Amino acid sequence: MAKITFVTHDGARIETNAENGSTVMENAIRNAVPGIDAECGGACACATCHVYVDEEWTSTTGEPEAMEEDMLDFAYDVRPNSRLSCQIRVSDELDGLVVQVPERQA
Amino acid sequence: MSEIIKTDVVIIGAGPVGLFAVFELGLYDLKCHLIDILDRPGGQCAELYPEKPIYDIPAWPIISGHDLTEKLMEQIKPFAPQFHFNRMVTKLERQADGSFHVETDEAEVFEAKVVVIAAGGGSFQPKRPPVPGIEAYEGKSVFYSVRRMEEFCDQDILIVGGGDSALDWALNLQPIARSLTVVHRRAEFRAAPDSVKKMFELVESGSVRFELGQVSGLKGEDGQLTHATIKGTEGETDIPVTRLLPFFGLTMKLGPIADWGLNLHENLIPVSVETFETSEPGIFAIGDINTYPGKLKLILSGFHEAALMTQAAKHIVSPGERIVFQYTTSSTSLQKKLGVN
Ligand SMILES: Cc1cc2nc3c(=O)[nH]c(=O)nc-3n(C[C@H](O)[C@H](O)[C@H](O)COP(=O)(O)OP(=O)(O)OC[C@H]3O[C@@H](n4cnc5c(N)ncnc54)[C@H](O)[C@@H]3O)c2cc1C
Repeated sequence: MAKITFVTHDGARIETNAENGSTVMENAIRNAVPGIDAECGGACACATCHVYVDEEWTSTTGEPEAMEEDMLDFAYDVRPNSRLSCQIRVSDELDGLVVQVPERQA
Repeated sequence: MSEIIKTDVVIIGAGPVGLFAVFELGLYDLKCHLIDILDRPGGQCAELYPEKPIYDIPAWPIISGHDLTEKLMEQIKPFAPQFHFNRMVTKLERQADGSFHVETDEAEVFEAKVVVIAAGGGSFQPKRPPVPGIEAYEGKSVFYSVRRMEEFCDQDILIVGGGDSALDWALNLQPIARSLTVVHRRAEFRAAPDSVKKMFELVESGSVRFELGQVSGLKGEDGQLTHATIKGTEGETDIPVTRLLPFFGLTMKLGPIADWGLNLHENLIPVSVETFETSEPGIFAIGDINTYPGKLKLILSGFHEAALMTQAAKHIVSPGERIVFQYTTSSTSLQKKLGVN
């Protein structure tokens, strides 16, 4: 279990309890976090679950893999801490993770 | 107007469900033309996830989006479907005699007794990049594809993106451009390594300029672009640009379907669960585009819908004819149609 907080574009904070092994995107969808579309359902095929990982957490969540980097090319306003939330898998290590939802997905 | 193409059935959308409909309709001797805005068959399977495995196609424990499309193409081959790619269906109208006219953006007209809408999540259209005010330049200075090379002669061209479309066009347009700049957000490219190598050779020789970054603004007047602002690692710079080609992939938009007088519910077409007919008799909707109680957007559901739709479609094309239910395993007449007997 890990507590994951989504900060929406207008600053609202949504706290979720995420199961280990699930993805950050799945928790956003389950908790109806606005601004996460996840059109492809988590197949790393659409870039509509884009988030910014809080700077403090980027080393724990790690770098995107090649396929994810390719998909990030299609995302809106990509930054160094950009990730696709369907590619971040939840574990105890991520307890307390904070991610920001961008202004829009596509 | 070009000559009218007459057929039993026009299928709008050549995704997996439109493709399988050719098979089911073919068993009942109905001839099909398929129209798709993409340049190849397969819909989402071909465009969004060709390499990814699908695990829930009956009897295929694992198959990729690409291979599923190939297998469907092989399966429908005996029925000689006619494909019309790179075309958007723009109009669908009932004629006085009950048949339908289907028109494309290439001004072709099809006349069909039955229309099957297998349009999935809508037509694939280029993604508009997040640059403020870009709409004002579209069609004059900003293009999402190259239809006429002349438009790019002696222009200051800016190409944005790192995939094959971006690099192929950079290589093709460089010889006719006044200047050509490629902007990509990172140093790695998705495009074929050979194109990347060729582009960097042109960068070396000074014929192409490459900038790491993103386009953050556009300047110009009356739709005529003069400059683009590039946000790179060292802040923002303006470069002269008269033509912008952004390549940010495709997204699905409902498109012209909304204008055809069909009942719609949240961008989906409600259908009868017995026949998959829409609110308009003779127009059917199958696959991801339709909705009914319990609908699941699965390929296998679309296949089922194609089989049931065919029964009703056959009644319209051959009124009064008795429809005999047969198995492909045992029916010699079906086997003859499949070319296996
Ligand atoms: C990443 C991902 C993974 C998936 N995994 C699975 C899975 O494991 N199992 C499963 O069953 N399903 C899966 N799906 C869903 C599956 O791909 C869809 O259910 C299926 O593609 C629907 O097929 P379709 O033929 O109805 O529509 P589509 O595949 O969407 O094809 C519709 C076609 O119609 C064209 N079109 C639409 N309007 C027009 C127009 N006006 N003019 C011209 N052309 C037009 C479009 O360009 C498109 O090519 C997945 C989807 C995605 C994105």
